[in-house]
Amino acid sequence: MTTPPGYAFSDRTRAAADVLVARYPRSRSALLPLLHLVQSDEGFVSPAGITFCAERLGLTRAEVQAVATFYTMFKDEPVGDWLVSVCTNVPCKVAGGQRVLDRCVADLGGHHADGVTVEHVECLGICDEAPAVQVNYEMYGKVTEDRGAEILAACRKGTPPAALSGEAPATFREVEWDLAGADDHAPSVTAGAPS
Amino acid sequence: MIEEIRVLTKRWAQDDAHTLAGYERTGGYAAARKALGAAPGELIQLVKDSGLRGRGGAGFPTGQKWSFIPQDTGKPIYLVVNADEGEPGTFKDRELMERDPHQLIDGMICSGLAIGSEHGYLYLRGEFAFAGRRLAAAIHEAYGAGYLGADVFGSGKRFDITLHRGAGAYICGEETALLDSLEGRRGQPRLRPPFPAVSGLYQSPTTVNNVETICSFPHIVENGAEWFTQWGTEQSPGPKIVCMSGEVKRPGNYEVPMGTPVRAIIDDLGGGMLDGRELRYFSPGGSSTPYLPADKVDVGMDFEAIAEAGSLLGTAALMVFSDQTCVVDATWRFTEFYEHESCGKCTPCREGTYWLSQVLARIETGSGREEDLQVLLDVCGNMFGRSFCALADGATSPITSSIELFRDDYERHIAQGRCPMGTTPAKRRPVTRMTDVRPPVSAMGRVALPLAGRR
Repeated sequence: MTTPPGYAFSDRTRAAADVLVARYPRSRSALLPLLHLVQSDEGFVSPAGITFCAERLGLTRAEVQAVATFYTMFKDEPVGDWLVSVCTNVPCKVAGGQRVLDRCVADLGGHHADGVTVEHVECLGICDEAPAVQVNYEMYGKVTEDRGAEILAACRKGTPPAALSGEAPATFREVEWDLAGADDHAPSVTAGAPS
Repeated sequence: MIEEIRVLTKRWAQDDAHTLAGYERTGGYAAARKALGAAPGELIQLVKDSGLRGRGGAGFPTGQKWSFIPQDTGKPIYLVVNADEGEPGTFKDRELMERDPHQLIDGMICSGLAIGSEHGYLYLRGEFAFAGRRLAAAIHEAYGAGYLGADVFGSGKRFDITLHRGAGAYICGEETALLDSLEGRRGQPRLRPPFPAVSGLYQSPTTVNNVETICSFPHIVENGAEWFTQWGTEQSPGPKIVCMSGEVKRPGNYEVPMGTPVRAIIDDLGGGMLDGRELRYFSPGGSSTPYLPADKVDVGMDFEAIAEAGSLLGTAALMVFSDQTCVVDATWRFTEFYEHESCGKCTPCREGTYWLSQVLARIETGSGREEDLQVLLDVCGNMFGRSFCALADGATSPITSSIELFRDDYERHIAQGRCPMGTTPAKRRPVTRMTDVRPPVSAMGRVALPLAGRR
């Protein structure tokens, strides 16, 4: 197997992959972190990303693809720098979440434009702040239609506002780097699991 | 007039509770230090005596679960913390981890000692980015202080924690699906037996516990089993965090004694219904638990009382609705959630959630047929109890309970050919759904057609 031409993962990515693979008693456990990692480099999980993970873990591309397509956070096309996720599950719907989503899609003229993707999601686990919106997995609460439009407009300019955490979200790639967890303090190579 | 109690949430008002210094200033890690001096058998007996039951939904006695773990297999024993909170209406674990991450680490050290484990995996829902940063920082600090690693508090004992983030799949909150996901696979439930206690992570003895359960344990270690039973009922002791959402004035997490009446939680803590609306129904434990009607509002929030009333305590995710929320629309939304989140392994669930969603869609959008209620009940009957895990059972709960309680609502939708409240315009599906954005191939492998206008 060779990496298809078109994308070369950085040295930083390769070094992080080494850390993640060494972290688990069985290397395959590093697959979800590795998929986050390739998204942090290329911005989505491309065929090259699938091959990268497969080669690192000694899996077939089909095995990696099967996992990548199972989880909604792994994107099979670029989402840009800002992923805006709007919840329309019941507590958010009751508070107007569907209208927030419809407004965002109308303002953006679809789901993707200007480095922003708007998606519909299910329950973000912050129902007391309904309707809830995330930008790159950073939470915003009690989002009215107008507030949703503001957040979206700010993302299009590349400057999303501070979220409930008090911090403004980092770009999609930066957040995916955190989600991969290569910088986490963790024991490398743990006590041997039975093979 | 009831008030909140402060046990697991006692540091929520403390600004620096998420730091090691802040946590220790208010008594943190006293439990881990104390647990290091106890024999594992004593710790398991302690949790048995406390009567602590799992806070992740099923309510299984924690001490009993831990005592199933064989100590003599020669394999490592794993502690896995289920932080993949995703049940609609539930948001307690996220706040516990964001505000007081060291409490969870403290609890993991104590729990690891109880079951003889040297390694804990913390499986965190991927979308909880802020909680992830807080936990990563707390784990880093705990290693730096020598509270984690090869020599926990200078005791010579080892305990490690690996933080592992998921990637967006509700099913991974099911413990065996979580283990498959942690092993780098699609998150699909396993056939039991063998149970995780015997053959879990890497086929080794494993216990999987919810965040709130693990956070309860250090308080029991510190204060004793009897202290813990001062709250709650005989069968459901202790404090419990209730996640209240929906049409109330002050939604939020409220820590109360088990058994606190729903009415008191809504009125005294939640400030009553929004805009003077009238309570019509509520979901006591998350979207997987049957709705209860307003006349059950005096029921206590504990496992037995809620079960007797005809529902389940679940995660104590209390969602409150008035007559302004169309029950058919709410039920349809929940069902679409299960349709999307079904992992696709078991046919009754994969196909059942899809068809339930189709039938509810046509009722809500004005094309319902007379036979549809029977179709819904038949499909639910063919799903319940026929899958590897409880997702399908949960998916049927809002449907069967709403037809039982509010059959008239469904019949009016069908007779009038529209949603009588106008929640959804007739003959038109709401505009934007997840399938518009995401998958060429969905989680269950069903191929969706590419949509016009995509780049």
